[in-house]
Amino acid sequence: MMSGVRVLVGTRKGAFVLTSDAKREQWEVAGPHFGGWEIYHVAGSPVDPNRLYASQSTGWFGQLIQRSDDGGKSWEPVGNQFEYDGVPGTHQWYDGTPHPWEFARVWHLEPSLTDPDTVYAGVEDAALFRSVDAGQSWQELPGLRGHDSGSSWAPGAGGMCLHSIVLDPHDPGRMYVAISAAGVFRTDDAGKTWRAANRGLQSEGIPEQEAEAGHCVHHIAMHPSRPDVLFMQKHWDVMRSDDAGQSWHEVSGNLPSDFGFPIEVHPHEPDTIYVVPIKSDSEHYPPDGKLRVYRSRTGGNEWEALTEGLPQQDCYVNVLRDAMAVDSLEDCGVYFGTTGGAVYGSPDAGDTWAPIVRDLPAVLSVQVQTLP
Amino acid sequence: MIRVVLPAHLRTLARIDGEVKLDVEGEVTQRSVVDALEARYPMLLGTIRDPASKQRRPLVRFFACEDDLSHEQPDAPLPDAVAQGSEPLLVVGAMAGG
Repeated sequence: MMSGVRVLVGTRKGAFVLTSDAKREQWEVAGPHFGGWEIYHVAGSPVDPNRLYASQSTGWFGQLIQRSDDGGKSWEPVGNQFEYDGVPGTHQWYDGTPHPWEFARVWHLEPSLTDPDTVYAGVEDAALFRSVDAGQSWQELPGLRGHDSGSSWAPGAGGMCLHSIVLDPHDPGRMYVAISAAGVFRTDDAGKTWRAANRGLQSEGIPEQEAEAGHCVHHIAMHPSRPDVLFMQKHWDVMRSDDAGQSWHEVSGNLPSDFGFPIEVHPHEPDTIYVVPIKSDSEHYPPDGKLRVYRSRTGGNEWEALTEGLPQQDCYVNVLRDAMAVDSLEDCGVYFGTTGGAVYGSPDAGDTWAPIVRDLPAVLSVQVQTLP
Repeated sequence: MIRVVLPAHLRTLARIDGEVKLDVEGEVTQRSVVDALEARYPMLLGTIRDPASKQRRPLVRFFACEDDLSHEQPDAPLPDAVAQGSEPLLVVGAMAGG
């Protein structure tokens, strides 16, 4: 019997920890932690739920990493030096000119599936770092930026960020990362070498629509029981790969818009996936002012709107790429946060929703821990 | 004894109440004061200046004796009143909303 869930919320002005028992009816809201700082991501170790990592930054004082060893009650700043390996070289700037790689911030933290002291960090300008000492020191895995396409990568509107890291639970050497706007890359040797994994993607905003790299992938997700199947929310298009990223096909089906940011997989049903359609690349709010999560139980193509308990008029918030998550209780819980500061939860796989908290700062990220 | 006043966010980070008092070896400059500050409070590394280049972060300012010293060279001597401890060096988050 699981005892409950802990929802880790990163916002534009601090971090919040929401906790509940397994019924998920009554919630305790703790925070803000690091009030006034942007918290791009808070993530917990799958092997030690008391071990949390948070990415904390501001334009004034730069990047910090905080670590908690007691489930978020107390925090310690750990290492914040993210130095690119060797001479960083250049990538492409918005105007097409070469631009030196410059560290801006950590977008995403991905704790190891097996070791609470190992954690990966996806940063802007796009690179992958790893710490094996619980965040005290960080080393780049430079093979990623060394990919043949690296010097041609260019930023998306939100910066050139490495925002998604997916670890293969069946193969410790394999992981995927996604970069805006470069695409998906896969390693099979724990980060030494990488291959582009973008075949089948088509992006109208780049000159060669099916280029090896240059795609604005917004998020990718995997079910742990079926690691060769990946789901992707791209700038436009919801995509699926059945061969570990070697090729992709579109599964947008009957969605009202195939633009969006997050995509998540049900913890017990590998073909049940969730997205939040957004009207367009310039109109970052739901179509028709209705906040609707869409669920497919067929691995894509056929989608149903989930609306009960969500605002169905005059709603013009966005849901960012790392701001949706699922718990692994028997009745799966689904959670997402909005740029309007609400965090919604569903204790029944999306059938019904209720706000857990309504008026936080803009939500940047939502992660969930299912507590033993 | 050099006196340093930090902005609220950095006092919280370093768990400091009020002013910091530092012993600084040699000439009292922006660099030597921040070196001493970072040595005492390692969690401040990277928050006032870039950890690699040692350049002041763009939205951090150094004030003292009602002057903005932010654009002085890091190795330029700070005013005598700061070096003698009668006035503090103010580390300030620049006025910028967000």
